[in-house]
Amino acid sequence: MIMKQLSIFVENKQGRLAEITETLAKNSVDIRALSIADTTDYGILRLIVNKPEQALAALKEEAMTVSLTEVIAVAVPDHPGGLAGAVRILSDAGIGIEYMYAFVNPKKDTAFVILRVEDNTKAIDELKKANIQLMRDEDIYTM
Amino acid sequence: MGQKYFRPEIECASRDALHALQSYRLRMLVMNCYENLPFYREKMDAMGLTPGDIMTVEDIVKLPFTVKDDLRDNYPFGLFARKKGDLVRIHASSGTTGKPTVVGYTQNDLDVWADGAARAIVAAGGTKEDTVHVSYGYGLFTGGLGLHYGAEKLGATAIPVSSGNTKRQIQILQDFGSDILCCTPSYAMLIGETCRDMGIDTSKLPLRAGIFGAEAWSENMRREIEESLNIKAYDIYGLSEVAGPGVSYECSEQTGMHVCEDYFYPEIINPETGEVLPDGEFGELVFTCIGKEAMPLMRYRTRDICALTRGTCACGRTHVKMARPRGRTDDMLIIRGVNVFPSQIEHVLLELGMSPNYQIVVTRENNLDRMEVQVETTPEMFSDEVRRIEMTERKMASALQSVLNVTAGVKFVEPKSIERSQGKAKRVIDLRKI
Repeated sequence: MIMKQLSIFVENKQGRLAEITETLAKNSVDIRALSIADTTDYGILRLIVNKPEQALAALKEEAMTVSLTEVIAVAVPDHPGGLAGAVRILSDAGIGIEYMYAFVNPKKDTAFVILRVEDNTKAIDELKKANIQLMRDEDIYTM
Repeated sequence: MGQKYFRPEIECASRDALHALQSYRLRMLVMNCYENLPFYREKMDAMGLTPGDIMTVEDIVKLPFTVKDDLRDNYPFGLFARKKGDLVRIHASSGTTGKPTVVGYTQNDLDVWADGAARAIVAAGGTKEDTVHVSYGYGLFTGGLGLHYGAEKLGATAIPVSSGNTKRQIQILQDFGSDILCCTPSYAMLIGETCRDMGIDTSKLPLRAGIFGAEAWSENMRREIEESLNIKAYDIYGLSEVAGPGVSYECSEQTGMHVCEDYFYPEIINPETGEVLPDGEFGELVFTCIGKEAMPLMRYRTRDICALTRGTCACGRTHVKMARPRGRTDDMLIIRGVNVFPSQIEHVLLELGMSPNYQIVVTRENNLDRMEVQVETTPEMFSDEVRRIEMTERKMASALQSVLNVTAGVKFVEPKSIERSQGKAKRVIDLRKI
């Protein structure tokens, strides 16, 4: 239920993203989903990859500031209101969402949403009660 | 033409008379130090020196040096030669780490200091009829109160405007008719520029002179200030350990600052060997506070690199002149008139558990110094949430502000992105064009 996201500190300098993605490529790491939070001076790159532990080690080797963050992934129907349903459940349960990002699977009629919330266990409980489909980490890694 | 000197009998005294006065005061200082300060008594005893060995001012070379770390080691009041009850004021300036350098004054010490500042105002063409606009900061920093009491001692009218709020400064310059402006040279540039932006014709202002100090400036800056504010710009020098602004000051010749050597005896030494250098040679400036009671420092090493020149000046003053300091023997920075030591910043970083790999970048934008502390990120302070990183940034900025007394920007950079140097780390990148 809980999956690992790579969180990487990226200074706003030319070429940084290229270097990071090249390091991942060299280590045969596949990126499943990504988002960047950007500020004036730096960004935080958040990645869901197929081999988070190996990616972490490779990036650390390159002296990056990188950490693994626990997030949850849900599958929502890919039609209007699909995401709203899941977000409403968390909101009603008083669970704050720090950030989220999504990607669609063209083969299926489903969108996957990565959620970073304050309390993973509580969020999982609430989502399960509402019959929202939670993804297992292997499902995403091996997609 | 108004008065030319504040105390002509001293400022234009014969060298023989000055020599006699300096020798007498040096003997008094040595006695004061030996009797009241264990710090100096122990040093002198260890060197086999007694107060009787010091007869004339030439004997000063026998005395031990005092350094800034001695002030830190004796924090806060260990180098005060007078009881608490005899003190009337305390000032403080930046120390090299978390603790400030503390200076105590008796009433007599304040009179000495105000005398020096009053001489500076008169040397800049000021008289008791004038209004002196003091835009140095008031507070523990000696800039504001130094010129303030100097102006009052002269009998001029002091306006304690303090620093900041440039539009209000200009309103007061216009409405109160300030004759003499005292502030840092970079702030004078900013006031000049703001006047221009506001469409104020500075030639219509009564302002005719400025006394600028507390930071490095150049002849180019002097010309720019003189043009933009339509005044004559004079340099002033001082440091709180010795007194404050007015230790030395420029006269109408604008070719160096006359040291009030009846109170502050200057020497230039080779910073490596401690040997006294001949006139004209650049070395570390050293002061002995022969006119002071509460904190009578012996041969205090200022860390300013400077040279002395002697000979009667065309202005008529006989006191030795010092060049504008050319640099420092340490890594002290002056940011908007405030002394900042990289070691203070390091201290804050370590206290907050941040990376010791940092760099200070100083720039000057619109005549205001900007300091940015760049720190490498560490796994401990990193978060996947911007909000948390920003919280750490704010916490660090406010800790720096409270220790340095000047605002510093904080920027997190990637690990290993700050250049490692062999030996002494290069902590400061100063991009200011002065």
